[in-house]
Amino acid sequence: MDDPAAQLQQTVLYELHQSLGARIVPFADYQMPLNYSPGIIKEHRHTRTSASLFDVSHMGQIRIHGAGAIETLESLMPIDLSTVKPGQQRYNFLTNDNGGIVDDLMIARFEDHWQLIVNAANKMKDLELITAACGSRTTVDYQHDAALIALQGPAASTILSRHSTGPASLPFMHHGQFEIDDIPCSVSRSGYTGEDGFEISVSNSHAITLAQSLLAHPEVEAAGLGCRDSLRLEAGLCLHGNDINEQTTPLEANLLWAISPERRADGKRPGNFPGDVRILKEMTTPPIQCRVGLRPEGKIAVRPPTTLFTEAGVESGLVTSGSFGPSVEGPIAMGYVNRALSALGTRHHTKVRGNPIILTVVDLPFVTHNYHQRR
Amino acid sequence: MSETRFTDDHEWARSEGDLIVVGITNYAQEQLGDIVFVELPNIGNTVEQGQEAAVIESVKAAGDVKSPVTGSIAEVNETLVDHPEMVNQDPTGEGWFYKVAPADPAEMDDLLDETAYDNILAGLE
Repeated sequence: MDDPAAQLQQTVLYELHQSLGARIVPFADYQMPLNYSPGIIKEHRHTRTSASLFDVSHMGQIRIHGAGAIETLESLMPIDLSTVKPGQQRYNFLTNDNGGIVDDLMIARFEDHWQLIVNAANKMKDLELITAACGSRTTVDYQHDAALIALQGPAASTILSRHSTGPASLPFMHHGQFEIDDIPCSVSRSGYTGEDGFEISVSNSHAITLAQSLLAHPEVEAAGLGCRDSLRLEAGLCLHGNDINEQTTPLEANLLWAISPERRADGKRPGNFPGDVRILKEMTTPPIQCRVGLRPEGKIAVRPPTTLFTEAGVESGLVTSGSFGPSVEGPIAMGYVNRALSALGTRHHTKVRGNPIILTVVDLPFVTHNYHQRR
Repeated sequence: MSETRFTDDHEWARSEGDLIVVGITNYAQEQLGDIVFVELPNIGNTVEQGQEAAVIESVKAAGDVKSPVTGSIAEVNETLVDHPEMVNQDPTGEGWFYKVAPADPAEMDDLLDETAYDNILAGLE
């Protein structure tokens, strides 16, 4: 095993990526496309103006069945699933006993089961956690046979309509079963780019045909994980492993909105999820640090992990994501700062390669979300 | 045009009168991807062979340009300040980084010729 690449997994679309000229890099134990020949910036801007196809099959697709499914899932997450109807999807997270975020995920209700879409790097850990929480009335299965294709961008809906009449009428964060070119697919109106778009779960046996069929439209280009990262950062969305992890709590990460009111301290069913004591306490006594958007002055990107300081030189925060924003046309960052120094306009200081840089706290997202609005 | 020499770190150097022009190779720009920022040395600064002389930032990462030769910076490519993408578009031409007055022009002989550099690239395939 001299070749590290030999130990990496491939998605079913790997050969398609190669044929499209992808630059392949290791990511979460997979060989994934970082970018194709146009490059990250062009792919990023194409996603914001037209539509891009992303292979996100490395992410985990986990199904939970049985009469105990809600009970099992609610024991792991601060969510009220009783109000989630079949066809609806929510953003949430698995927490640990210290209130840290084990993983963030999308959870969707189907007629007879629930489906989680989880981060690639965490999927085996998540699966173990969920399996351990299952009683006799809940079963879990990992969808080894399914690929996940994201079609993202303002043209995504129009393009998908040429293949299937259903998906275009899905509201944001809803999903359904559709045939696309006679291929059975599970389609959700969601994504992680800040744009309108869809994530399409399809069997491995049909994934290449489906991807090629969507890529055949002149409006659609293949896009890699490089621009997926710059798109989500501009959209102000957290990357698990960078912006949130087992040490950061939902309140620190400014993700209170994702915690169901029912499960909050003043709700009807408060707590009873891992880390509930700390998380509920932080709702009334805010944690010392919080996640903010940061705009570095000048052209130099401030990349994670970079420590931030006050003008007087006292440590004030940490950059957890930072790059060049192709739509912002400048450096952008996210990070954690001392709550007392988290107001919009507050200036933090650091040095990159000896160059002094000022970062100002700004509103997230950097680029306005363009999600589908129900008319 | 005089012969272009290369480093195994993917910089190139070419004599131009008394000066030596320095840039990064096509392979290097391909590896970096879209270049969004270039930090150039100051005119008059001394650079040393094999030491960091400039910084390149792509969307994904920052990398450095190690000087192929020792000397004093005589000129920098100011175009790159507002148009760093020039390095992607024309790495061995308009995308040059700086010109150096060499302390020892014979240092050029330490560098790889095109055949030797191509052999290195072939080994990276």
